[in-house]
Amino acid sequence: MSLLASATGVNSQLADLSNKCIWSAMGVYVLAMFAHMFEWTFGSKGAVARRSVEQASLADAAAAAASPAAAAKKAKKVTVTVAAAGGGTTTLTRTALAGEGATVVTSGRGDGEQAVDGPGAAGSSERADMFGRIAISLTVLGALLNVAGVAFRGFSVMRPPWGNMYEFSCAFSLTMVSAYLILLALGKNVRWLGLPAVLAAALTLGLATSVLYTDSEQLVPALHSYWLAIHVSCAIICGGAFYAAFASTAAYLGRESYDKRKAAGLPNGPFKIPASVFERMPATPTLDKLSYRINAMVFPLWTFTIIAGAIWAEAAWGKYWEWDPKETWSFITWVVYAAYLHARATAGWKGRKAGYLALLAFACFLFNYYGVNIFITGKHSYAGVG
Amino acid sequence: MSDTELRSEQPEDAVAERLSSAPVEGDAPVGIGALGWLRWTWRQLTSMRVALILLFMLSLAAIPGSLIPQTSENAFKVQTWKAAHKGLTPLYDKLQLFDVYSSVWFSAIYILLFVSLAGCIVPRTWQFVGVLRAKPPTAPANLTRMPVYAAWRTDTDPAAAVAAAQRLLRKRRFRAHVSGGAVAAEKGYLREVGNLLFHLSLFALLAGFAWASLASGQGGKLVVEGDGFSNTMTQLDDFSGSALYGPEDLDPFGFKLDGFTDTYQSTGDHIGEARSFVAHIHYWQGADPTKLKTGDISVNSPLEIAGSKVYLIGHGYAPVITVRDSSGKVVYHDAVPFLPQDSNLTSTGVVKVGDYGQKDGKKVQLGFSGFFLPTAPVQFDQSTGPRSLFPGDAAPALVLNAFAGDLGTDSGLPQNVYQLDMSHLSQLKQDGQPAHIRLSPGEGWTLPDGYGSLTFDGYKKWATFSVSHRPGNSVALTGAVLAIAGLVGSLFVQRRRIWVRAVATPDGRTLVELAGLTRSESAKIAEELAELAVDLQDDAPALEDDAPADDESEPAGAASAPADETKE
Repeated sequence: MSLLASATGVNSQLADLSNKCIWSAMGVYVLAMFAHMFEWTFGSKGAVARRSVEQASLADAAAAAASPAAAAKKAKKVTVTVAAAGGGTTTLTRTALAGEGATVVTSGRGDGEQAVDGPGAAGSSERADMFGRIAISLTVLGALLNVAGVAFRGFSVMRPPWGNMYEFSCAFSLTMVSAYLILLALGKNVRWLGLPAVLAAALTLGLATSVLYTDSEQLVPALHSYWLAIHVSCAIICGGAFYAAFASTAAYLGRESYDKRKAAGLPNGPFKIPASVFERMPATPTLDKLSYRINAMVFPLWTFTIIAGAIWAEAAWGKYWEWDPKETWSFITWVVYAAYLHARATAGWKGRKAGYLALLAFACFLFNYYGVNIFITGKHSYAGVG
Repeated sequence: MSDTELRSEQPEDAVAERLSSAPVEGDAPVGIGALGWLRWTWRQLTSMRVALILLFMLSLAAIPGSLIPQTSENAFKVQTWKAAHKGLTPLYDKLQLFDVYSSVWFSAIYILLFVSLAGCIVPRTWQFVGVLRAKPPTAPANLTRMPVYAAWRTDTDPAAAVAAAQRLLRKRRFRAHVSGGAVAAEKGYLREVGNLLFHLSLFALLAGFAWASLASGQGGKLVVEGDGFSNTMTQLDDFSGSALYGPEDLDPFGFKLDGFTDTYQSTGDHIGEARSFVAHIHYWQGADPTKLKTGDISVNSPLEIAGSKVYLIGHGYAPVITVRDSSGKVVYHDAVPFLPQDSNLTSTGVVKVGDYGQKDGKKVQLGFSGFFLPTAPVQFDQSTGPRSLFPGDAAPALVLNAFAGDLGTDSGLPQNVYQLDMSHLSQLKQDGQPAHIRLSPGEGWTLPDGYGSLTFDGYKKWATFSVSHRPGNSVALTGAVLAIAGLVGSLFVQRRRIWVRAVATPDGRTLVELAGLTRSESAKIAEELAELAVDLQDDAPALEDDAPADDESEPAGAASAPADETKE
């Protein structure tokens, strides 16, 4: 009476192709990592330049906009003074030609009290900058291979390719790198994030291919649900974005303590990291803001992930919340991120304390991913690890 | 609870500059006496600092429940754990570590958290209602002290410039009004709406939780293919109710299991892994069991019938067995569910022939115990005994031992239907050896000592169902959806104020000043202000060869602020 499922629809050619893509992606990420390391190494000599090319060009543009030539064309020009956190000011100038709709936005710097972002990993070294560009190209290539690997894995079984930890990890490395590349494409000052992003992606894929690997197969009935596509993909996207925020928070804490040490006259940063590394990083407000924005952006998605999971649990197990270890740790992660968001808006908690909370929240997320899947048995034990 | 405040030292500016209606945190107790302390305690509890500590404690308190087995989740695991850790058990019991999420201390934390939340949210809601009913606060005296500021001089009449500014701000969907020669405008109320909505919907979630725990019930039932079930206490194998949902409240419905389909992986690394389980049923609602509808129940898609949901929980095989006495009369014929012992569905079970009748003038009962293997090996491994090789029924076999005597079923005491009470039974022997047999479907066994015969007619499948009545899901879901909507509003919308003042200067010109205020997170206010200013210059063009107004050219109407430029 029972149907003996014959080699149930696994396209082994595609599965094999997927494996090759994943291995290649890992290799390319490692190369990108080396290129970034060269960038950081060669860039250390040019770290003294405290003004990035971008900032200089903006200031030039602002100067140009303020030139008599622009005024002669009856330009409408407004200069907005913006008070900065450190007590200094910056200005934003906006000009529009009278009678024409287009406006040109430029921004410039005011007095020197404003914290200035470092020039980036390459400093002012052209050679380092070239390595940085090579690294970014390699990262894009690695991400494309990673996309192909995940997609072929999915096509080999015609289902969302996240049924076990190997598959989650492949997708996780992709979202980590994507979060970085998207921020870069949006023009954010995140080139420093390249090294941590490809490092983590390479490590995640290394773990996936060596420890977590399982062959491409169909799913157990418990995972037959469209919620798999919704719930798990949201969780993986959150993971990638939370990692970017985590790296940013860690950088913030490092730079913050470096700034303090510098003010105290100490030559090196914390953990004996050379000063030139921190000099090339963005300023603390930039890093702090970046990590807050990413976390604040992703927090509703994480909330949705948990709720989608609860809806699925209700359909699969009859109760939407049973304090299964995975549920519990998602909840803990959620509460710690909520505490971070609140702390950042509370006097006496913002700054370093909030930063530590953000690190703790990401640690909870990671434990929920690796720890709960591997060490704790619960209803989410589909990980496919021994 | 999640807004910073930008406060000024100047009292008249304080109102204008407070962008959030968050309560101002209290300091030390004011005055001595019980009331003072009470008020202080309340202020502390509703303060952000304490809320943060409570949030942190809540996450810490949730941890032990994920590491120690929980009764609510798996009572059997708790028993095993207790047996293995005899020394720790009394301490853990006392600390309610096996019921963390219903323990006194866990409840205390979240109740305090919710009280703290209520103490924060309720006054804040009223304040926000007040804000909505009032006009945006009038412009502070010294606009240069605002975080974002722009100014220029024009020949346009001050009143016309102000009117133009109000028109432009309204076009940008600000709430704007003119007061004291300046436009006061505000936008982004959805931030506070979202913030309040998020926190209020947490209460909806809590209500959904509470309702579910007060008024839900869950029962279990094993049904063999071809058999029916009606949702009453007598037919359920087990039932756990709650204060408001007892055995008499069971939803009236029933169903018949027509068939059960299961498929498994048959090749590769994952051989034997389940691929699909579907129970095909006919069901009815209410008192009339003739109006039948068909339905399928599978692992992720329960069937909702009459206020209950029916979930597919497990499955197995039930061999169909016929027992005849020595005269050939059928004394037993039934499908007997055997319980799976491993992932390949090696199943064990017993057959209790209670109505065998008499043999040699004495009342006798027969009992059989053994294994059902859906895919039996050609020969059993001596060390492990009968073990199935695959969960699908590729080569089914039944292995039985036979016993005779008193089953103990007449004693009136409840008995486990899956076990034989061996105290008054003796194993039948054949040629001096315990009698046992391996049968394929259709085969029979002539029992030793003239006890008659047993035939293994075939087998059916059975499935276990969980019948669950859980109200409050929709409340919790609504709460959850609103919580996300609120979060999106409170995290993505920026609340900001813009003031535009135009005043006549002693030299007959007009000074236009714009200022904006928002939380420090957003740089957009500067751009917004710049865009507004550019638009406003269509109506109030800046004088050429005129530098933007600096601090010296402050208009007479503006009160000169203290020289300190510190911003909080």
